[in-house]
Amino acid sequence: MECALDAQSLISISLRKIHSSRTQRGGIKLHKNLLVSYVLRNARQLYLSERYAELYRRQQQQQQQQQPPHHQHHSQTTVLDLDTHVVTTVENGYLHQDCCASAHCPCCGQGAPGPGLASATGCKRKYYPGQEEEDDDDDDAGDLGAEPPGGVPFAPCKRARFEDFCPDSSPDASNISNLISIFGSGFSGLVSRQPDSSEQPPPLNGQLCAKQALANLGAWTRAIVAF
Amino acid sequence: EIDWSDIISTVEFNHSGELLATGDKGGRVVIFQQEQENKIQSHSRGEYNVYSTFQSHEPEFDYLKSLEIEEKINKIRWLPQKNAAQFLLSTNDKTIKLWKISERDKRPEGYNLKEEDGRYRDPTTVTTLRVPVFRPMDLMVEASPRRIFANAHTYHINSISINSDYETYLSADDLRINLWHLEITDRSFNIVDIKPANMEELTEVITAAEFHPNSCNTFVYSSSKGTIRLCDMRASALCDRHSKLFEEPEDPSNRSFFSEIISSISDVKFSHSGRYMMTRDYLSVKIWDLNMENRPVETYQVHEYLRSKLCSLYENDCIFDKFECCWNGSDSVVMTGSYNNFFRMFDRNTKRDITLEASRENNKPRTVLKPRKVCASGKRKKDEISVDSLDFNKKILHTAWHPKENIIAVATTNNLYIFQDKVN
Repeated sequence: MECALDAQSLISISLRKIHSSRTQRGGIKLHKNLLVSYVLRNARQLYLSERYAELYRRQQQQQQQQQPPHHQHHSQTTVLDLDTHVVTTVENGYLHQDCCASAHCPCCGQGAPGPGLASATGCKRKYYPGQEEEDDDDDDAGDLGAEPPGGVPFAPCKRARFEDFCPDSSPDASNISNLISIFGSGFSGLVSRQPDSSEQPPPLNGQLCAKQALANLGAWTRAIVAF
Repeated sequence: EIDWSDIISTVEFNHSGELLATGDKGGRVVIFQQEQENKIQSHSRGEYNVYSTFQSHEPEFDYLKSLEIEEKINKIRWLPQKNAAQFLLSTNDKTIKLWKISERDKRPEGYNLKEEDGRYRDPTTVTTLRVPVFRPMDLMVEASPRRIFANAHTYHINSISINSDYETYLSADDLRINLWHLEITDRSFNIVDIKPANMEELTEVITAAEFHPNSCNTFVYSSSKGTIRLCDMRASALCDRHSKLFEEPEDPSNRSFFSEIISSISDVKFSHSGRYMMTRDYLSVKIWDLNMENRPVETYQVHEYLRSKLCSLYENDCIFDKFECCWNGSDSVVMTGSYNNFFRMFDRNTKRDITLEASRENNKPRTVLKPRKVCASGKRKKDEISVDSLDFNKKILHTAWHPKENIIAVATTNNLYIFQDKVN
């Protein structure tokens, strides 16, 4: 896919288009928003596959080095899954997961993550979609450049550590790529999601997102429908 | 600077070609009439002059959904003439209106109780009686709304098409197509509904629809996925199952971020014969034989040099421009618009094509249009225009061809150009 812009810029531009269509005269143009969502999906697919390739390379390196799981790095990376809004924090090689984890979460209506995951009280909720409705249309293009709260850049999650907490999970690449939805700083409170009562309660292990295919258009059309 | 409300949004000849209607973003309709034959000089056909102007639609506000309904005229379609008056359908995003356009060239004079200026006379001064008579007056063209077809579309109307039975017509929005009777405004039948139960599963929308010119039971609709479905209303009341599906497999070597956008069909038009139909997508025009569903019989590249520019065209929104296309009266030539005020014609028989420009600067009235050429890459020849110097704000989205003669109407942003071929 040859393009003058990289996938991340395309994603930002596309979200800006969807955002500005909300205030256009004559109401939301369903056709145009649908087409923009296809560009979003295409760009996202490319971006994720690039990130996965990088992740896989890192994992290969790690296995070769065979580092112990504790105290080698005090690193923290956080990722947000755009389909389920699972926020994943990797600290010191330990995986924490917080899926906006209350029954009152309007975005996914899911319960707290089940056994096998360290849902520590110290987990940060990085992104709460409901915020956007309370923001009362303050969001404008300027917000798109805002840093995610916490100031931690999004980065891939380390796969090897994930396995420690999810004994049921097969070493399947798709689990990881489903869990990871890396997003550039262009995304901020743009998508207002409605509670999706049609979603099945997810299996309570690390395969929370296993059923969400990479090419799932659902999140984006939700963005359109929510208007 | 262009006044936004003057932007032309639709152009349509009537069945005889004598009248040409345009609609604009301000909700107005302007009708042009060709000069009558006895006034024509021998070396040219009659010119078109303004015949009638009226406000068809006004902006509205939907209080329930809290959104404004644009007054922009999306489409105009003429009814065939049955009596002295002319009728047309005009539509904005939500409401279709049937307009009667009639001429008045005489008026009654000599009333007993009224003066000529309309003031009432004192009855006690009336001593004699006379019969009022019609006297000629300056021609007045009146437009009056005869029917208003409202509240049947949740989504934006993109097409209207009058059936060959001249009694019914269809209107199509993003997800549904409705069938109306011209006499009945409080009811319409839904004949196509592609709205999914769960809007998250939405993958395509309806982009255009048209009745077959001869078969009153047949219509087609195009989609944003580049498919065309032909439906037969005799098969069932709800035509969700198509009789035929026209689709060309995508060329995988052309795959890009924007493949879905450029394959979306912006217009579909049956040939006058009814044997073929033409579709327009972002880069090409395709002619389909109704008997062959798996690929078009002819494909014409409108501006292939834009394929490498899709990214910038996405950024500036031009990639969403919806170009229309049209047939000439004998179905031998098709025409469509492009950027830089260029428009293209493709001769199906000779396989020759031509690019022409609609602009005042380069063409004085009565001069022959000079063919234009866009230089895609490499060394630019004299008189060629390079892709990067094209003006993407000057787009020709709407064109129309006279049903019988070689007269074309081409709408630039806010100007209407009428061209005709040289008559010897």
